[in-house]
Amino acid sequence: MDEQTLSRRNFLKTSAVTGAVFSLGFYWPVNAKSAKIINKAEAESYGIEMNSWVHIDKTGKVTIFDHRAEMGQGSYQAVPQIVAEELEVNLNEINVAFAQGDNKKYGSQITGGSSTVRGSYKNLLKLSATAREMLIQAAATQWSVDKAGCYAEGGHVFHKSSGRKMHYGELVEAASKLEAPKDVVLKKRSEYKLIGKPLLRLDTPLKTNGSAVFGLDKQIPGMLYAAVERNPRLRGKVKSFDETAARKVPGVRHVVKVKMGVFSTYREGVAVVADSTWAAIQGKKALKVEWDDTGFEHLSSEDIYKRQLEALQTQEGLVFKKQGEPTEIIAKASKKIDVIYETPYQYHACMEPLNCIAHYQDDKLEIWGPIQGPEMVQDFISKEMSIPREKIVVNMTFLGGGFGRKAFMDYPHEAAVISKAIKAPVQVVWTREDDATQGPFRPGITYRCEGVVNNGKIDAFKVKLAGQNTGHWFGGKKDVPNGSASEGFLKPYADSIKNLAIMDVPFETPIPILWWRSVYASTNGFAYESFLDELAHEANKDPLEFRREYLKDERLHKLIDKMEEVSGWQNRKKNEGFGTAITECFESTVGHVVKVSKAPNGGVKIDQVWVVMDCGWYVNPDTVRAQIEGSVVMALGAATIHEVKFKDGMAVDNNFSTYQMPRITDIPPIDIHIMENDEDAGGVGEPALPAFAPALTNAIFDLTGKRIRRLPFSLQTV
Amino acid sequence: MAKITLSINKKEFPMEADPQMPLLWAIRDLTGLKGTKYGCGVAQCGACVVHLDGEAVRSCVTKVSRAVGKQVVTIEGLSQANDHPVQRAWQEIDVPQCGYCHSGQIMSAAVLLRENPNPTDQDIDYGMAGNICRCGTYLRIRKAIHAAADMQKKTATKG
Ligand code: FES
Ligand code: FES
Repeated sequence: MDEQTLSRRNFLKTSAVTGAVFSLGFYWPVNAKSAKIINKAEAESYGIEMNSWVHIDKTGKVTIFDHRAEMGQGSYQAVPQIVAEELEVNLNEINVAFAQGDNKKYGSQITGGSSTVRGSYKNLLKLSATAREMLIQAAATQWSVDKAGCYAEGGHVFHKSSGRKMHYGELVEAASKLEAPKDVVLKKRSEYKLIGKPLLRLDTPLKTNGSAVFGLDKQIPGMLYAAVERNPRLRGKVKSFDETAARKVPGVRHVVKVKMGVFSTYREGVAVVADSTWAAIQGKKALKVEWDDTGFEHLSSEDIYKRQLEALQTQEGLVFKKQGEPTEIIAKASKKIDVIYETPYQYHACMEPLNCIAHYQDDKLEIWGPIQGPEMVQDFISKEMSIPREKIVVNMTFLGGGFGRKAFMDYPHEAAVISKAIKAPVQVVWTREDDATQGPFRPGITYRCEGVVNNGKIDAFKVKLAGQNTGHWFGGKKDVPNGSASEGFLKPYADSIKNLAIMDVPFETPIPILWWRSVYASTNGFAYESFLDELAHEANKDPLEFRREYLKDERLHKLIDKMEEVSGWQNRKKNEGFGTAITECFESTVGHVVKVSKAPNGGVKIDQVWVVMDCGWYVNPDTVRAQIEGSVVMALGAATIHEVKFKDGMAVDNNFSTYQMPRITDIPPIDIHIMENDEDAGGVGEPALPAFAPALTNAIFDLTGKRIRRLPFSLQTV
Repeated sequence: MAKITLSINKKEFPMEADPQMPLLWAIRDLTGLKGTKYGCGVAQCGACVVHLDGEAVRSCVTKVSRAVGKQVVTIEGLSQANDHPVQRAWQEIDVPQCGYCHSGQIMSAAVLLRENPNPTDQDIDYGMAGNICRCGTYLRIRKAIHAAADMQKKTATKG
């Protein structure tokens, strides 16, 4: 199929579909591992509401409900591409509508863990194939022929021998009365017409003329705008406030005290509601607020790192994994490596600052916004505001970036509280300064890495980490190690390193923390993969060869072979500035090779980045590439620029003027390769991030002999 | 508050606005044209770039009073059919990820190409350094601007 002929025009502006007569969906029986495919009549017979996934109406128009947030990662493209493949329709006959938040209908909708495709593709393929088979059956019955003699293509069913054909639209009524077949045969990879092809994204045209509606662009009749002055110490209360000056700003309508839930605690603030965003922001600036942050310690970054270091030096911590006798061997060794790696707190910095619309009316709440986790929002607000869950509707818009931050519930909650207080629909707009300083942030983590190398082999390997644990914040137990302690460390290492320990030294601060793209792998990966490089150096081994030796896994060996091939690894000269790292994240493994050289005016320059990703089954190679490009750029910022610094309990940098972003001038050439295999789909949106920083610092070590153990560092002064 | 009229995308918008209000918020909240984005409010990110009498300006730091009597063009008005060479190149190369920054990127690129129909990589980097993309689409932006330059040339020779 010629990709240029695919039209990208068909979109539904609303999620309402009328006149759909054939719809298929899933039913998730309680406690069931897998979903059952059912049609509307069946759903009604169970007394449950139909979980709309795919609708076909009498004109043959297909509507897919995209159950995941579209924040740049391409679900808007990937989901239709999967459905069109097995349903046998042309991609340009498909309309995409964002589904409303409802986990009873769609299962988990949280867009996180790079799970949009890997979490649902098998179900989607099956659902689409089932719909196709039912349409074929309907046609066969109508023609009184054997179903085996019929096939579907391009939205039609054909009868091979007679050449008769019927449009899906003509068959929907009959098909909708059939029971869904239990077993359908899925296509083989070699039979795919759409999957695996670099088709253009359906949402791109909307993003080139300003018509894509992001959260901040959504408008509701009668909507007012709010800006909120929140306790700058991330949590805590309002003691008192003076609204006189704020009230005088033209356009200001209300000033109300508000609170938002931040995990199990609250942050209070004062909201200024006006008839334009600007008036609301001016009003917010005019407020005088006194804060009460009793019980909230005023930490600085130095305090945090000092305490983490102390903890690592004085405590053994909780055992995450232990085998052999690493501690004993390290204690007895005459020569050992004992080093500290430090990684900073990070800010998500979505291009679209947080915002959310809420309309509370007659005990019902409707929400519109850039939201990664709609059902979490439903649950949280239902509990906090005592509104029955089914009276809360959460509508997802396009997201101007998410990276984990928009999977949190604080900002929709706050919007709901304000709407209820002023009895009107309201859009809460976070200024960039609010967005940059209020968290939650990715935690900064310190690692103590100890190892012993003998005769070119690892004798003992021990990594302890001290850093905040998101599990604690979500109510998890304090006496168990961080479940993510080994993220970013390739599992097969543990099979070949006999004496190994991974320990978590519990550490907390009052600073709220949250997932950030690739989560703990983003910091762990730096520590583990740099430390492995140190061990390889100590063993006097080639860093990739060393990894190959310890990673006894065919799939990983193939990845390493590819890395060597594309980067010309074997032909590099010693100390020419080559570095490498491999990490796993959300079921995908990614290897980076980075080449650096001395910059003419001091420091180093990145000449080339090679990335090889093994994500198993994938939908659209161009989307995969785009995600890798983006991950490298984000990782570059995290490695060489970004650190959220705290002083007196507050985040210091509050805008891009001081929290600088990588710009077009900073981007090295990136050469991307995707491994081809038939393994299960892994994540795509995050896994390419963690290995970049260690590959870069390992390259710098190769060039200069200098080992970088703290992020961020400056390329200019290294 | 003052009664003013803005001319945006060749249409007149009478409004009542604080003359100090940044053009960005007047466009977004008072005319309802939401294609122009807010990213930083302090002239750092370029998400808010519009054309003011043909010049690329950051509307977040441009007072609305400055736009009175001038022609404002926003992303919605760059072309009738989403087919300005820059828009076409963006579509062909699938530049956007989340897309939030791209109204501004495209508006900046359009002026860059008008001023310099044959930009080198370096010219592009220089011209586009004021636009941040958190999703990291920079390599594609560069590629798309070259592609747009080629398209422009082809149309020029044809015409
Ligand atoms: S919003 Fe104007 S430059 Fe960022
Ligand atoms: S595409 Fe998301 S910020 Fe540029």
